[in-house]
Amino acid sequence: MQPPSEEDSAPPPPPIDGVVIQSICAAYDNDPHRMMDILIDTQAHFRWISPDAMHQIADLTGLSRIEVEGVASFYTFFSLTPNGRVTIRLCDDIVDRFAGMPEVAKAFEAELGIALGETGADGAFSLEYTPCIGLCDQAPAAMINDIVVTNLTPETAREIAARLKAGDTPEALVSDRFEALAPHARATRMVDNNIRHAGGVLLGPVPREAGLKAALDLRPSQIIDMVEASGVRGCGGAGFPSGRKWRFAAETEAERRVVICNADEGEPGTFKDRVLLTERPHLLIEGMTIAARAVGATEGIIYLRGEYAYLKPLVEEALAERRDAGLLGQAIMGAKGFDFDIRIQMGVGAYICGEEGALISSCEGLPGEPKTRPPFPVTRGYLGFPTVVNNVETLCHVARILDRGAKWFFDMGTDGSHGTKLFSVSGDCLNPGIYELPYGLSVHELLEMAGGEDAAAVLVGGPSGTMIARDQFDRRLTFDDLATGGAIVVFNGERNILEIVEYYMGFFVHESCGYCTPCRVGNVFLQKAIGKFRNGLANPEDIDYLRDLSATIIETSRCGLGMTSPNPILSTLDNFPLVYSAMVKPSKDRVRATFDIQSAIDGARKIAKRRSQIFDRDFTK
Amino acid sequence: MTELPKARVATASLAGCFGCHMAILDMDERLIDLMARVDVDRSPLTDIKRFTRRCDIGLIEGGCCNEENVHVLQDFRRNCDVLIAVGQCAIMGGLPAMRNAIMHSDDPLRECLDEAFLTGRYIRNTTHNAPNDPALPLLLDEVYPCSEVVEIDYNIPGCAPTGDVIYETLISLLAGKFRGFEREKIRFD
Repeated sequence: MQPPSEEDSAPPPPPIDGVVIQSICAAYDNDPHRMMDILIDTQAHFRWISPDAMHQIADLTGLSRIEVEGVASFYTFFSLTPNGRVTIRLCDDIVDRFAGMPEVAKAFEAELGIALGETGADGAFSLEYTPCIGLCDQAPAAMINDIVVTNLTPETAREIAARLKAGDTPEALVSDRFEALAPHARATRMVDNNIRHAGGVLLGPVPREAGLKAALDLRPSQIIDMVEASGVRGCGGAGFPSGRKWRFAAETEAERRVVICNADEGEPGTFKDRVLLTERPHLLIEGMTIAARAVGATEGIIYLRGEYAYLKPLVEEALAERRDAGLLGQAIMGAKGFDFDIRIQMGVGAYICGEEGALISSCEGLPGEPKTRPPFPVTRGYLGFPTVVNNVETLCHVARILDRGAKWFFDMGTDGSHGTKLFSVSGDCLNPGIYELPYGLSVHELLEMAGGEDAAAVLVGGPSGTMIARDQFDRRLTFDDLATGGAIVVFNGERNILEIVEYYMGFFVHESCGYCTPCRVGNVFLQKAIGKFRNGLANPEDIDYLRDLSATIIETSRCGLGMTSPNPILSTLDNFPLVYSAMVKPSKDRVRATFDIQSAIDGARKIAKRRSQIFDRDFTK
Repeated sequence: MTELPKARVATASLAGCFGCHMAILDMDERLIDLMARVDVDRSPLTDIKRFTRRCDIGLIEGGCCNEENVHVLQDFRRNCDVLIAVGQCAIMGGLPAMRNAIMHSDDPLRECLDEAFLTGRYIRNTTHNAPNDPALPLLLDEVYPCSEVVEIDYNIPGCAPTGDVIYETLISLLAGKFRGFEREKIRFD
């Protein structure tokens, strides 16, 4: 149907747009569920998603423009204004800040002649901050388009900016013969793996396809029994028993089932999946294939966070190799009826998409908003089909369990927390990096290995985990004591606890999807309240206020973000009470010492050009 | 039979509309009953401007929008054993706190005064100046709820709270029985 003629008066989009957008949408069969990919390609081509483009995409995919804009405006890396040819995203994580990011940022600003958050008038550069990009072990770090640079100093920042200005491509910063390098070589030139301790499960020697071969000799229900017997639990942080998850999905009647790998490693301070994706992509895909065999899935998705775009070619290469070797596709390893293939879904910079429901929404081409539970994804997930979502590390574990047996895995670790865990240690320690260790070691033991003995505070599990003080370093890293998705961030005695807390609250304010009001608004209030503490303007009651408001946010949010976002405050209130009480100003005569009348009337004094009759002395007398 | 000594009560209206004071009068004939139990000290109802002595209860209507509000409120805190914020303006800042919404400005107070007295669409101001008589108290940078300036013991919510609620709260306070409000008294709908 032709649009009504009145609309013809609107300025027509440049004709080139139309053709390009048509071909982009056609590449995804005009499927609205592939909206993420359509928008990613659109932005890659035009460097922004223009209103015209949104209009055309809506027409082609059968959606309304506002639905397309809903997706485009949700994700941080989508830009609704024209970006520069080169977009530089500086990692604004607290670890990067402490490692000197502010000076690096100044160097970039000075050399490029633009301020943070700006795009240059010539359209050459955009400069912005972004939360943790998973490179805390080599901070300060930054993304330049799809490549990453690490261990920045003001000098290297100036050099990078100068080279880019002189016309070098971002890829040329990595190597002159970037295109000729294999994907793995490109990744390891950009980023050090920093594997400091390889354990026996994932980072030690791993035989290829041993687990998958074993799985093919078993019935699907036997695979699930084995995974359940191994005691492996979700490694993304929540720790749900993986076997049980699979059983639910397998038992649900459905014509299609889906296996999704959650590689949206967004929790600040976590970078273990980065290393697994770099070094063990085949093991991961093997684990996904086993999961598919167990639950009867035919399609798989690897949801790769946008910050790890530099790893996409590497994973793509592994997928292609496996298709060629008959390890993906039709009749895998010759087993009739065992069909399974995997696509990569890129994320676009949204922490919330690490949440299972939000991740599925994102794969479906929707804004990354969590879904109401129940129904749980194992019964109604991706496009309504039973869906198993597992973390990268979990799926790698599964492949090893099938190879070595459930007992082998079960015997490692402690009661309730079996096997090994990859800890990503960063911050104030000598040897930041990845440590693969059995569950159950103490924080102190890990700090000794990492050379972080003078730590004053350790954040276990990232901002949604727990911040502990020295007196608790003997606590154990298990699901039952200190649970972690892998992040161990070390802070020495010179770091300001309240600055750290305020940063992380700002992070949650930024990353809240906005669906639940207590999370959208409450986190802003919490951040403001912490600001009051930092400025010495907090009353004794403000401590109760922090606890009350935190309880409300936890109680009334529907997903894990809101249920854990007050944790930086709650765990520091419990473990660093003196930090707060030192900043509190008690009232005198029950009149608040924290209310500063002089600063409150200063503006009016200047406007009225006279002194206060009440609060200022009269010097004329 | 020994009569209990009468309690002393003081009231003030800060940045409010006097609606809460109207609500106090809205107790109707129960005012007579209340007056048998309390003496009213400093209050616009008695037109007494200064505390004659220490009071048992202070009722505050309105938040703080200028330095005089702060001065009065601090004076009440120093002279009253129990201080009660009556109505939303005293508790949260209320309607006057709408000016706190001017936040993306380098000089929000000036912007507020300009719009109120000079540039607003329906302004007819022949002086072309914002009022600036030396007798006028200086405005605060924003409107503050009372609890940010002094400690408040109790809040009576409402805009305005009904005379019933104020009466019952005072009576149960005087009897030493006040334990907060029943849910249906403070619900919104």
